[in-house]
Amino acid sequence: MRANHLFSFKWFSAGLIWFWLGLFVLVPLLMLLTASFLQRGETEFVKFAFTLENYQRIFNPIYLDVFWNSFYLAAMTTLFCLLLGYPFAFLLARVTGKYKHLLLLFVIIPFWTSSLIRTYAMVIILKTNGVMNSFLQWLGLIQEPIQLLYTPAAVVVGLVYSLLPFMVLPLYATIEKLDMRLIEAAKDLGARNVRIFWSIIIPLTMPGIIAGSMLVFLPALGMFYIPDLLGGAKALLIGNLIQNQFLSARDWPFGAAVSIILVLVMSLLLVLYYFSILRNSNNRDKVGL
Amino acid sequence: MSDLVIELKQVCKSFDSIAILKNIDLEIKKGEFLTLLGPSGCGKTTILRLLAGFETPSSGTVLINGEDMLKIEPEDRHINTVFQSYALFPHMSVFDNVAFGPKIRGVPKVEISTQVMEALRMVKLEHLADRKPAQLSGGQQQRVAIARAVVNKPLVLLLDEPLSALDYKLRKEMQIELKQLQRRLGITFIFVTHDQEEALSMSDRIAVMNAGRIEQLGTPKNIYESPNSLFVARFVGESNILAGEVIKVDDDCVEMRLENKIISLKNTKNFQVSQSVNLLLRPEDLHVYDEEEGIPQEPYLHGIIEEVIYKGTTVDLLIRLDSGKQIAATQFFNEDDPKLDFRMGERVFAGWLEGWEVLLPSEAAENSIPLSP
Repeated sequence: MRANHLFSFKWFSAGLIWFWLGLFVLVPLLMLLTASFLQRGETEFVKFAFTLENYQRIFNPIYLDVFWNSFYLAAMTTLFCLLLGYPFAFLLARVTGKYKHLLLLFVIIPFWTSSLIRTYAMVIILKTNGVMNSFLQWLGLIQEPIQLLYTPAAVVVGLVYSLLPFMVLPLYATIEKLDMRLIEAAKDLGARNVRIFWSIIIPLTMPGIIAGSMLVFLPALGMFYIPDLLGGAKALLIGNLIQNQFLSARDWPFGAAVSIILVLVMSLLLVLYYFSILRNSNNRDKVGL
Repeated sequence: MSDLVIELKQVCKSFDSIAILKNIDLEIKKGEFLTLLGPSGCGKTTILRLLAGFETPSSGTVLINGEDMLKIEPEDRHINTVFQSYALFPHMSVFDNVAFGPKIRGVPKVEISTQVMEALRMVKLEHLADRKPAQLSGGQQQRVAIARAVVNKPLVLLLDEPLSALDYKLRKEMQIELKQLQRRLGITFIFVTHDQEEALSMSDRIAVMNAGRIEQLGTPKNIYESPNSLFVARFVGESNILAGEVIKVDDDCVEMRLENKIISLKNTKNFQVSQSVNLLLRPEDLHVYDEEEGIPQEPYLHGIIEEVIYKGTTVDLLIRLDSGKQIAATQFFNEDDPKLDFRMGERVFAGWLEGWEVLLPSEAAENSIPLSP
């Protein structure tokens, strides 16, 4: 009787999630996939006639450039997040007592406000007569306001700012688990700090590095409003391209094709991530045989 | 050049103003197998960490090969450690773990391979060189940890309770293997353990530690047979401890009242009349006779058998003395005397060969901190 209850509860809760995912993820994705093979309609959004033209158009150098640009910016964002996040996560994992909670709070506080609002705050800081320029002028480092907003750098700064917590948290989780006795063992065998960092600490925290990089890289590809607000019209990225096709150009089939390509690229990365996790846990699961 | 490889001079160490080591003086000879034995928290691991360089003494000097180690970092000391947790690098193969030290020292690639395989052969693991540590059993991981340390041919090998995670049978085997390895390599071993049996069977010398001090330093035989304090007597092996008072001193004889009896023994430590003393008797040194065999010629105690515990090779007896105190006696089966038949409630004599006892002034008892294993 009891087992039966548990059984039905399990199916109920799992079924609810499957239903939710099916209705709001799988069905729209299938609609998107269908749309990507259809033609653009004059009066309706799509005309029900099969074509591969949408996919051919992606190979136009203009759009390949957009892809390249997006990957480049997302990669730069990931790199800066890693460079900024790693030392911070290390500190976070090694500090003891009340400072630890304080530092952890710093990571979590940004989640309390909408990321859109925080991006507008970045605009205020970076614009021509904004906080940053005034500050630099007051310091006497620059005479005239310099162009900060609407540059690729501003986009990367905005993305790094928004996505840094997603890098720090998985890094923190793996670094905290790092066995400090291994570092002592390496020292005991004659290794100096640089050596210990590259051959012990980095490999052992690699799962966190990969997880954090995925959590930063994937959203960075798709976050259209940050390049929009901070990059102006100059930086056309995949996210903006898709948004434009659906909302401005009203070319739903092409927008759908670009979306599908983006989903495929992300899936590929997730599959790679999955295999790297598998390899790592294979090494660990056999502990204590 | 002296044959001392390690000298600790007046070494003290405190953490947060709690003294962990108090005035440790210790000299260790080249090629010696020295064991630091004591209950947990006695400071034995701290001594290892001072030698390895992970801690610095609060005061005093640590000399290795005559050189002051104060400003020498762990990575620059010609000393290696086998850690209690083994601390093998989980992401490296067994081979790479062992090769870690030689690589850092810049040993040429060709030689690294020979050195590593030689070290692995020594611990009988050459067939597992490609495995990851997680794929090995506890005993095998332990051997990798040893190979990883000895491949560097250290001046001194520090072993921090390396056998404590192994099961009883494997621990016995590893004790013998470690001892043989040490003899073969001729490296000084400093071995930390809280297991007195392990210490007795492996060491050239044992330093029994208690509450940050070395209570006694000596050979296993010396430690076991002539403990110089109640702490050592209690910690190493089992002891019956009987309190008494000296009533008469006579040339080289001392007479004492003890458990309602008067016993006369050799005066080995210059005892004075009316001095309080403790008489230590190892259970296996006691011979038990039933009353029919007559009053023994040797010093003896008188009591009733309360418990008979059959152990296979021995019989352990608990005897309630006439004074009310309980003592333990271990009897070995003797081919010549098949009648090793003790009944509960039987009145017996428990005697011992004169000179096999240890007599300590009881001041030592007051100074020593109660046993906390």
